[in-house]
Order: sequence, then structure tokens, then C-alpha cells
Amino acid sequence: MKGYNFAYLDEQTKRMLRRTLLKAVAIPGHQIPFGAREMPLPYGWGTGGIQVTAAVLGRADTLKVIDQGADDTTNAVSIRRFFARTAGVATTTRTASATIIQTRHRIPETTLTEAQIIVYQVPQPEPLYQLEPSRTETRRMHALADYGAMHVRLYEQVARYGQIAISYDYPVMVNGRHLMAPSPIPAFDNPKMHRMRALQLFGAGREKRIYAVPPYTAVVSLDFEDHPFRASRAAHVCALCGDRASYLDEVVTDDRGGRMFICSDTDHCASRRESAP
Amino acid sequence: MLSARGLGFRFGSITALEAVDVDLWPGEVLAVVGESGSGKTTLLHVLAGRLRPDAGQVWYREPDGPRTEVHAMPLPLLRRLHRSDWGFVEQDPRQALRMDVSAGGNVGERLMAAGARHYGRIRAEAARWLAEVEIDVARIDDRPTTFSGGMLQRLQIARTLVTEPRLVFMDEPTGGLDVSVQARLLDLIRTLVRRLGIAVVLVTHDLAVARLLAARIVVMQRGRVVEDGLTDQVLDDPRHPYTQLLVSSVLAT
Repeated sequence: MKGYNFAYLDEQTKRMLRRTLLKAVAIPGHQIPFGAREMPLPYGWGTGGIQVTAAVLGRADTLKVIDQGADDTTNAVSIRRFFARTAGVATTTRTASATIIQTRHRIPETTLTEAQIIVYQVPQPEPLYQLEPSRTETRRMHALADYGAMHVRLYEQVARYGQIAISYDYPVMVNGRHLMAPSPIPAFDNPKMHRMRALQLFGAGREKRIYAVPPYTAVVSLDFEDHPFRASRAAHVCALCGDRASYLDEVVTDDRGGRMFICSDTDHCASRRESAP
Repeated sequence: MLSARGLGFRFGSITALEAVDVDLWPGEVLAVVGESGSGKTTLLHVLAGRLRPDAGQVWYREPDGPRTEVHAMPLPLLRRLHRSDWGFVEQDPRQALRMDVSAGGNVGERLMAAGARHYGRIRAEAARWLAEVEIDVARIDDRPTTFSGGMLQRLQIARTLVTEPRLVFMDEPTGGLDVSVQARLLDLIRTLVRRLGIAVVLVTHDLAVARLLAARIVVMQRGRVVEDGLTDQVLDDPRHPYTQLLVSSVLAT
């Protein structure tokens, strides 16, 4: 696109982002501050993710963007088209043929490979913010690995609901050292982060933080010995492809109580239907 | 186990502590008395490593370890000490408690910070400590916002003692409570401290509290220690004019 640098951001900004990313990869799960730029979309729509994607995108890359698991929602379509126009890169909806996947709220069902990078859009990078409003204090807690307060939150969940009822943004311990917010992915997706082959990058634009999980890094969901972490999903079968193991969305179909459950990962669902006889 | 030499602390031009020496032996209860503004609470914060003194040093000896200087300790070590071997009971329990977390969660926090990861055992321990401080175990899931002042203070004590610390700092633990509640709380503190063999530095302006709980007493006036000795000796036969004034003002009531 004329008048814009490759992938929208200027090279100095991308250089700054890459330095931040290197630091983030070097300290898995540790939040690194960066100078987030104004982007041509509102905060909360993926300004952090889009900057990280711009910094790692090359001419030979193939980009996939998903929002709530779907390739065809407004946010996904807009960001995909944004990079198609400003960088001229190939885009795809196929998880397997993408080299960079920018995501909001989901990790694809298809297992990612070493050749892929997954970029998460993060609204709130600080896992302790509900417990401790002061950022000075949370930084100190991270520095001293003083995470007892997080377990108090889990204790409260079990005391009140009989189980740990956090269904998304379920806190994880990365590399046995840093407590990390996995962004608002469902707890169902947490096990996929553990020793994932792909590089995982997290960008929070409004909060101006970047963090990362390098390939094959241990990512463990916090729990109690007698109340272990469980990845929960709706106890239904996908109405379109019949999958019994994928994460499902509940879709209301009329105003008389009609509803159906379908795969939240649209690419996963479509490829299952294609390959079915 | 804890000894301080030549402590000095100033708030701007105001001298809060001057040349204060304190020694505390294992299992001993030491009361620090004096009027408001005499430097009692400042002394407590300096001894606990919360405030760095302008002069002097505080030394702490672990059970079978070497003596370490409290203010030279790296922050992680001091924090670990504060959530395991040491405890701090605030005058206002709302400062120490998490008011939006249930009583059980409050008591269990120190256990979880120390690495406990078994919900059932944490809860059982929390229930045991609620019973110890005479809070109905049925209220384990209630938030402290629904508790009375006396219950809040007892909850804070349970939360502090759950890791069975060796040394507890108490800042006016009975302040702001009515007399009958105070009496029960004092009785409770005395019983627990005796049974667990905890050493306590107790700050109070109430000589009756000091007499009831403490074996030794330090009298402070304007940042200086004016008299110290065995509680009964000091209170029955005060030598310093200021101590005499304190004691006589109590007897007058």
C-alpha cells in the first residue's frame, strides 16, 4: 500500500518491539514494558497483538487471524485485511498453512508446530490485578515470587463454589517462576500452552506490556493437590461436525429456547466436515 | 533472640527514638509502655524491619543459626521471615486482613504463602485456628466485613499464629475494644502465647495489659527508655518520676 511502511509501523518502532520481544522470550512469562503506538483501531480490539504481529511479520509469512476461534468475525476479518493491504502478505484461514496466527480468546484445536508463531491479544497482562491494585506492589510480588495471594483467590473459589470456577484467563505458572495471565482464553485451552512447539507472544496495547513463552516451556495451571485443574467444556457434540472433544460455542437459534452447540474453532469444524465422507 | 543497640529514628526534626537498647529472649513477653507519641510504635516498626533506623542496629538469631542484622537482610529473606517465623498484629485488624476474602482464606493465606497446596488440609488448619480464637467454625466462609471488632482482632491473631511463629510484634492489640471484650482477648493471647512459647514485643499504653501479659517492661518517654525491668518490680516500685506518674494515674481510677 502506497504511503505506508511495510506492515504499517515504521522500522524504528518495529525495532523497539523486537528488542522487547527478545527480552520477553529470554524471561518466560515476565511482563516487559514497551512504548505502544496509536493504532488505527480502538483499545480492546487488539492493538497490542497487531503491533506484535507487525513486528514479527515478514514478506514470506502467511497470516491467520482468529477471534473467539472464528476466522469470519469482524475483528478477525479487519485485522487480516489490514495486513493484507499494508504488508501484502498472504492470508489464510487454515491453521496448518499459517506461519503467524494472531488470536483473541482461543488457541486453535490443530496442534501448532515449531514453524509457527501465535500472537495473543491481551486486555489485562497482570494476573494479580484483582488482588493487589498497586502495580508497584505487584512488581515486587513478581520479583520475590510471592504468589501466596493468588492461591487465596483459588481457595475462595473452592470455599464458595466447591471447585475452582475460573473459566477463562486461568492463571498459569510459566517455567516454574513467573505467574502469568494467559489472556482470556478458556481454561480448556490452558493445557495446550504447556510445552507448545510454537513460539507464543502476548501483546497488551493499552497496558503497554509484552510477554512471551518460548517453545517447549512448562506452563502449569495453578491448583490444589486435592482440587486439581480440570479443563472443562460444554458436555455436548458439535451440531455441524460431530466432534466430541473440541471447545463448543452455544448458539441461540430462535426465541423459543432453541439452541445448538458448534465448534468455536471454525477452521477445525470446516476441515472435519470436508474430510468426512 | 532479638537485640537492638543504640536505635535512633527521626521524623524530620522530631526525634522518635534516641539511643534505645532492647533485648528479647525466646518465649518472653516484653511490654513497651508510654504515652502517645513516646515512640512505642516507631520502635516496634524498627524492630520488625519495617522502618530503617537512622542509627543503631537490630540483630535476630534463628533457632540454631547465626545472628543476622535485620536491616541488612535481603528483602526476600525478610519477607520470608515475616510470613513464617515472625508475625505482626496491627492495632486495626482491617489493615492486616483481606476484608473481601472469607475468614478461612484469611487464616490460610500464610500457609499458602509458605507453600501449602492441599485445600482440605489448609481448610482444616484454618478451622482449628478459628476454634482456638473462639470464633464459631460455621463462620469460616463469612467475610470479615460481617464480623464485630473483637472477632476481627481474634481473626487477625489466628491469621498471624497459624504458622506458629517464634516472634510476634503486637501494636495495641486491645485498642478500640470495650472492656469485657478486651479481657477475653487478653486471656486468649496469654493462653496461646504461653502454650506455643512465642516471644512477643507488645506495645500498649495500658499498664493493666502490660501487667497481665508481660514478664518484662520498658517505659518510654519522648523516644528514650526511661526505665526497664521486671513488670511487677517496675509497676510496684517505679523509680523514674515519669513511671511514677504513669502508675499513679492508673491507681487513681
